[in-house]
Amino acid sequence: MSKTIAQINEKIRSGEAVVVTAEEIIGIVQEKGAAEAAKQVDVVTTGTFGPMCSSGIYFNIGHSKPKIKLGGGTLYLNDVPAYAGYAAVDIVLGATALPEDDPLNRVYPGEFKYGGGHVIEELVAGKDIKLLATTYGTDCYPRRKLETWINIKDLNEAVLFNPRNCYQNYNCAVNASDKVIYTYMGMLKPNLGSANYCSAGQLSPLLNDPLYRTIGIGTKVFLGGGTGYVAWNGTQHNPAVPRGENGVPREGAGTLALIGDLKKMKPEWLMGTSFQGYGATLTVAIGIPIPILDEEVCRFTAVRDADIYAPVVDYSKDYPAGKSDTLGEVSYAQLKSGAIEVSGKRVPTASLSSYPKAVEIAETLKEWIHRGRFLITQPVASLPGPESGHVFKALKERPLE
Amino acid sequence: MVSKRIVLRFPPRLVDQPIVSNLVRKFDIEFNILKAYVTPREEGLLVLELRGDEKAYEEGAAYLRELGVSVQPLSQDIVRNIARCTHCGACVVVCPTEALVLDPQTRKVLFYDTKCIGCELCIKACPTRAMEAHF
Repeated sequence: MSKTIAQINEKIRSGEAVVVTAEEIIGIVQEKGAAEAAKQVDVVTTGTFGPMCSSGIYFNIGHSKPKIKLGGGTLYLNDVPAYAGYAAVDIVLGATALPEDDPLNRVYPGEFKYGGGHVIEELVAGKDIKLLATTYGTDCYPRRKLETWINIKDLNEAVLFNPRNCYQNYNCAVNASDKVIYTYMGMLKPNLGSANYCSAGQLSPLLNDPLYRTIGIGTKVFLGGGTGYVAWNGTQHNPAVPRGENGVPREGAGTLALIGDLKKMKPEWLMGTSFQGYGATLTVAIGIPIPILDEEVCRFTAVRDADIYAPVVDYSKDYPAGKSDTLGEVSYAQLKSGAIEVSGKRVPTASLSSYPKAVEIAETLKEWIHRGRFLITQPVASLPGPESGHVFKALKERPLE
Repeated sequence: MVSKRIVLRFPPRLVDQPIVSNLVRKFDIEFNILKAYVTPREEGLLVLELRGDEKAYEEGAAYLRELGVSVQPLSQDIVRNIARCTHCGACVVVCPTEALVLDPQTRKVLFYDTKCIGCELCIKACPTRAMEAHF
């Protein structure tokens, strides 16, 4: 027995669709079996809220009088450098950009209190942002300097466009060295003193659709408190990694490039984020609905934390050296228990991704679908799957002569 | 018996006085220094855990106040900005006193400010900087 997206949308429109979260479907499938659950449930909602690098925005500020061509010049938003090299007044800002006068790690470990992610949060919150730019003059764009406040409500377009979000599984980071290290996985205590992980596990979107059967290019999603779409596979998309019998990758695998209208997003779902000793980034809220087309899709959504495994990676040596060695594998159930065992030692765990917020996102999306304000989209193209030959390659350096 | 974590602020004229030593001798109070420094304005800041007889503690606190030392509970100085807390749990492993713990049911982060010793390790470990020190 199978359903189509059109049939599911018809039920959503008439208010008859059965929508549950990826947490709730677990018990339903355990109780009734996947075949029966697939008949009863129409949509399963997922959610994740974690720091996600490779996030950023672009926007158009409109033309000044006289006109200025920012492309080729230099530009700052609240002293954080942004990129204007696309055209005259199209501006791109990445989440990890930092002010030029930030001490970075010269005073180690740096604090990275304010960067691109924080500018994005403030812009979304409706705060005025200070724009400073200098450039060269042309006959058609004579002006060379621009100093102005800008506000999201006055921008022509403001778009969140994240080249890589929503990692399908991730490393559990530990530190086997004898001194504290500061990483994008947080501060890690020495001698395997702490273990940090970053996935919503059983609620995480791509772990509930491990083979990308329903999530594809064009899929409509909850993004930053508004809505967005899957624009492409994310950068570093790596579908061919080892997987369990349930299809779930046993390490970082698929990723998504996401796009959406920044003007409709909310600052509490796009938060500027600082990692001591590492840098600034953006914490992004994403929720993806999975249409229950058949029993297999349903069974995938019933995945539990106990069935999802993450590799334990030493961020003091192996990770920075680019080695693929691991110190073992742990399930998300073990990670969420508060401690794991690594090399015979009990190691306390901490999460960087917020599970309570992931639940809130999945519940919000459920509510939107229930009320008929959010329909399911048929992807226009599939993401490269495990058999596609798509791989994440390391850089092959070629010395300059 | 009471055990309290307090923040003492000394005006510049008292910074070179053996006040804690007097406190211990006069009132028979046990102390544990959690934090101590002198600010650039020469005011002293001392975070102490005091243990002793309740009456002795009250008399000791009165003695400090009489000298011009401000005495306040530590819990007022480390606060969580709940609007910025995502309940991720990154702070939980860095907190040495289990003042920050995960509720196993809701998976939300609980902050027991009475257990906080003001070490400030959580402040920089918090990705969204939800923990704030107001010393």
